[in-house]
Amino acid sequence: MSEPVLSVEHLTVQYRTRRGSVHAVNDVSFELHPGESLGLVGESGCGKTTLALALMRILPDNAAILAGRIRLNGVDLAALSEKEMQRYRGRRISMVFQAAMNSLDPVYRVGDQIVEAIAAHERVSPAEAEERVKSLFSLVGLDETLIPRYPHEYSGGMRQRAVIAMALSSNPEVIIADEPTTALDVIVQDRIIKKLRGIQTEREMAMIYISHDVAVIAEVTDRVGVMYAGRLVELAPTAEIFANPIHPYTEALLASIPSVRGEKRPLRSLGGEPPDLMEIPPGCPFEPRCSRASEICVAEMPSRIGVEARWALCWNPVNTPSGSNVG
Amino acid sequence: MDTTRSVHYAPAVVAPAVRVDEVRKHFPVGGGFLRPTRSFIHAVDGVSFEVAAGESFGLVGESGCGKTTMAKMLVKLLEPTAGKIAMRLGDGPAHDLAGLGRAQTRLFRRSAQMIFQDPYESLNPRRTVFDTIVEPLAVQRIGNLREREERVGEMMAQVGLTPVRQMMVRYPHELSGGQRQRVAIARALVLNPRLIVADEPTSMLDVSMRTSIMELMLGLRERLEATFIYITHDMAVARYMCDRIAVMYLGKLVEVGPTEDILRDPVHPYTRALISAVPVPEPRLKRAAVLIKGGVARPIDPLPRCRFYERCLLATETCRLEDHPPLTERDGGRFVSCYNA
Repeated sequence: MSEPVLSVEHLTVQYRTRRGSVHAVNDVSFELHPGESLGLVGESGCGKTTLALALMRILPDNAAILAGRIRLNGVDLAALSEKEMQRYRGRRISMVFQAAMNSLDPVYRVGDQIVEAIAAHERVSPAEAEERVKSLFSLVGLDETLIPRYPHEYSGGMRQRAVIAMALSSNPEVIIADEPTTALDVIVQDRIIKKLRGIQTEREMAMIYISHDVAVIAEVTDRVGVMYAGRLVELAPTAEIFANPIHPYTEALLASIPSVRGEKRPLRSLGGEPPDLMEIPPGCPFEPRCSRASEICVAEMPSRIGVEARWALCWNPVNTPSGSNVG
Repeated sequence: MDTTRSVHYAPAVVAPAVRVDEVRKHFPVGGGFLRPTRSFIHAVDGVSFEVAAGESFGLVGESGCGKTTMAKMLVKLLEPTAGKIAMRLGDGPAHDLAGLGRAQTRLFRRSAQMIFQDPYESLNPRRTVFDTIVEPLAVQRIGNLREREERVGEMMAQVGLTPVRQMMVRYPHELSGGQRQRVAIARALVLNPRLIVADEPTSMLDVSMRTSIMELMLGLRERLEATFIYITHDMAVARYMCDRIAVMYLGKLVEVGPTEDILRDPVHPYTRALISAVPVPEPRLKRAAVLIKGGVARPIDPLPRCRFYERCLLATETCRLEDHPPLTERDGGRFVSCYNA
């Protein structure tokens, strides 16, 4: 296998709040290879967006990376000064946000905003910049006539495409997409995810795709990481995690998703709510909601079972990492 | 064929709880001070359907299709521009909603309730859970304080807001999104309405909350014997919540029928595209191509042709030259408005 383009090692992010401090991301490690798409799923507040903000080094003022490394082709982003980070952010690692409207400045023409994004990192002649914008527009499937138009003249789907074009403008090695289609209608969503996935595989870019929508994750990723209460609790190839989830949380999360296809299974909700990060129990954070919990789960945080490519943090797994059902 | 005057009920049911007959809602656009309005958005444009008592009926479609406008007319938050909505209040005959007197309007407000999409917007942040749920009883002057308290407690237990005593005194900011939606549901149900119109009650909620609110609504439906009209953009939600669905596109119903039948075998080209675009939580399954072109326009002064014409891959000259096709009956209680499918 190729060298990983991104390697996250024991990353912990702390938020300071009036009630005290919490670890919104807690000891998270994973690797990402060129041309690979990694999905991150979990309920709201599980830390998936905080993780993305930490990788981009754009955490809010009351949050900080407490420990761990973020190595982008060997360079530890977590250790860089803000000035040094500016050479990487938006250029070698870039992000597509959930609300496309907020990512575009309403008073500037969309084309000019993309030129600005390019000029922030490279010296380009106006003619070159124009060519680049044209090719980016055609890449994401936007008509050239939209280049001199303002964001309000774009539909929601068009804006999201423009934001993707901007994120791709410097040909980054890693792109992070945080719920890029959540606000969009399903037909538009279908086009955007196919486009994004197409560009990502074609250019052999590495992608982190964050979504609460398990069905979208199933379609656009090669591997999936499941987050719960700040921890990455399971990591596996996409096909395997759907066929044989190891962690009871993963199994419950996947079973709670209604589908339009196939046999109509009875609804099965997860039950309960994620824990208050302020009051994380000493053991497994999923223990209060877990149907398989035993004494050790209350007492001790589970250690990793499985191998590098397929593991989970659980004392009483549903399936073994090799795929057989534990019962 | 005379398409303008034919009325299509889909399907004719015995003693419907709700009958919607050629309802239109047009909103003026542009215009302004001393400047007459010349254009109208045809948000709902000649919609007819019937819902049987105790049935759960879904209005499904993308944003801008008119489903929320239709929902608001059903509970008299908006008045139709044209057409008629008839509903049975109590055990009497069906009443035309436009012609209700004061006393009947009061009875109507008691019989029809709406659950809104966003539980963060629909609850007053300065009111406790108890105050929020008890208010409809106070407005309708039902029961004394002790009876009201009992009724509120009963509702809270039914929607899973427990322990009741502790939850009663909480404020919305102390509740999760799922709990807030439970408060909104309890408030809507406290008067024991005959008709419940739910506008995307799960779309703002997290995955896990979504399923548990769906479970709750299904359970309540069995106990309450009320009629449900469920508005959603999510086909998977409609599959679990609705016996029948009506697919809306730019103010028109394009397909109506039993939910499971439509999901298995959609007939209208728009319904086909809509269903094939839904991602499937099964990585090994490859979805069929989504056969549709262009994007959604706004129905401003629409031309007299099929509303789906510009985006349809099956469109012929007929679709351009003729009026929007009427809903015609197919096998198995299915109604489709298409010249070619």
